[in-house]
Amino acid sequence: MIRVTVPAHLRAMAGVNGEITLQVDGAVTQGSVLDALEARYPVLRGTIRDHGTKARRPFVRYFACGMDLSQEPADAPLPAAVADGAEPFRVIGALAGG
Amino acid sequence: MSGVRLLVGTHKGGFVLTADGKRGQWSVSGPHFPGWDVYHMKGSPADPNRIYASQCSGWFGQVVQRSDDGGQSWQPVGNEFAYDGATGTHQWFDGTQHPWEFKRVWHLEPSLTDPDTVYAGVEDAALFRTRDGGRTWHELSGLRKHTSGPQWAPGAGGMGLHTILLDEKNPQRMYIAISAAGAFRTEDGGETWRAINRGLRSDYIPDPEADVGHCVHSMALHPSRPDTLFMQKHWDVMRTDDAGGQWHEVSGNLPSDFGFPIAVHAHEPETIYVVPITSDSHHFPPEGKLRVYRSRTGGNEWEALTRGLPQQDCYVNILRDAMALDKLDPCGIYFGTTGGQVYGSPDGGDSWTEIASNLPAVLSVEVQTLA
Repeated sequence: MIRVTVPAHLRAMAGVNGEITLQVDGAVTQGSVLDALEARYPVLRGTIRDHGTKARRPFVRYFACGMDLSQEPADAPLPAAVADGAEPFRVIGALAGG
Repeated sequence: MSGVRLLVGTHKGGFVLTADGKRGQWSVSGPHFPGWDVYHMKGSPADPNRIYASQCSGWFGQVVQRSDDGGQSWQPVGNEFAYDGATGTHQWFDGTQHPWEFKRVWHLEPSLTDPDTVYAGVEDAALFRTRDGGRTWHELSGLRKHTSGPQWAPGAGGMGLHTILLDEKNPQRMYIAISAAGAFRTEDGGETWRAINRGLRSDYIPDPEADVGHCVHSMALHPSRPDTLFMQKHWDVMRTDDAGGQWHEVSGNLPSDFGFPIAVHAHEPETIYVVPITSDSHHFPPEGKLRVYRSRTGGNEWEALTRGLPQQDCYVNILRDAMALDKLDPCGIYFGTTGGQVYGSPDGGDSWTEIASNLPAVLSVEVQTLA
């Protein structure tokens, strides 16, 4: 199972507490993990990435295993530690605000 | 027993304020969607328990919320606002053409007759409609594809479609306004549109009397007189009596004709309200005195309404969607400030009380009159 964390605002919208665990079939990539997340929680569609283009929203970042993976291609394999469930794939809201 | 419900959108969430028909004691619930901008909340005239809210953030984009129980509980509905067909371009700040990009929903206008039908005015300016209670949204693209579209330009606050006025007598007619393009009217339910800006004069654009390019801040009408519109423009308070065929200025003796909201009394079609703001560069009341101005003559002759409002050291703003009137008799009027106060008057503006304090900056105020 893939472990995913999302920011507090999105946890509130999705009605979840803490980490989310997802079944991802096939290659474990940003795209496939987010597809599975949005399939489980349709309310999150459009909040992390664009509905149509699937582009990451500008103030959202993707982290895992201590690395910023935000600029990685959507179809690039995520680290093995994410794929085997040892580490979470983290969706982060950028530290900006007002 | 009659009552009223205020729907207050703020910079950090939505609030619901309720009172009985006397409008003396208020209870506050919220924040709903805490931490999010709530640009606008509005109830269905056909079913007061049905309320829609536009929730957005710079991080997570647009969400639309729907309540079926008068604002006690909410559920997110559809948030996909995809422009129809070719996106096209509009004028950018540097004079070049810039593609349309959806940013947020500024205004939600539920149908007068169907709780599942709602119009949404969005930035970059376009009009969307849902017919399934918010689940899906579809653009009425005849507006964005108006021949003048490439000339539309964003105001300082963005290129938003902020005013949607429905005609009770003619379901095919609708008025909208865009900053900074101007006002438009449809007579066929939103398929085709005509610019209705003749008579507007804006000295800050290259051709002050251009067909489009005017920064309209808000418009209002009385349902019994759908050919008469009142407008608060960037500067100037305006009026038309022929559905926008020709506008004329009714600023009269206002201390400043700059401002954002404008509203019409529920029972007196010639009684209108504005809140003068010092200038386009000083977004606070003249002399630090928060004054609502009322005209009982449809403009030109204005009286200051001050009783209960701060008359010194007040430097808040009142945004375009942040004033609303109920339908009780006497008519109640409400507005919210960027300082987080909500003021209410149960007597048509003669006297005011602060009915909520210390909220986040108020972006919008709507009122529902409950049986």
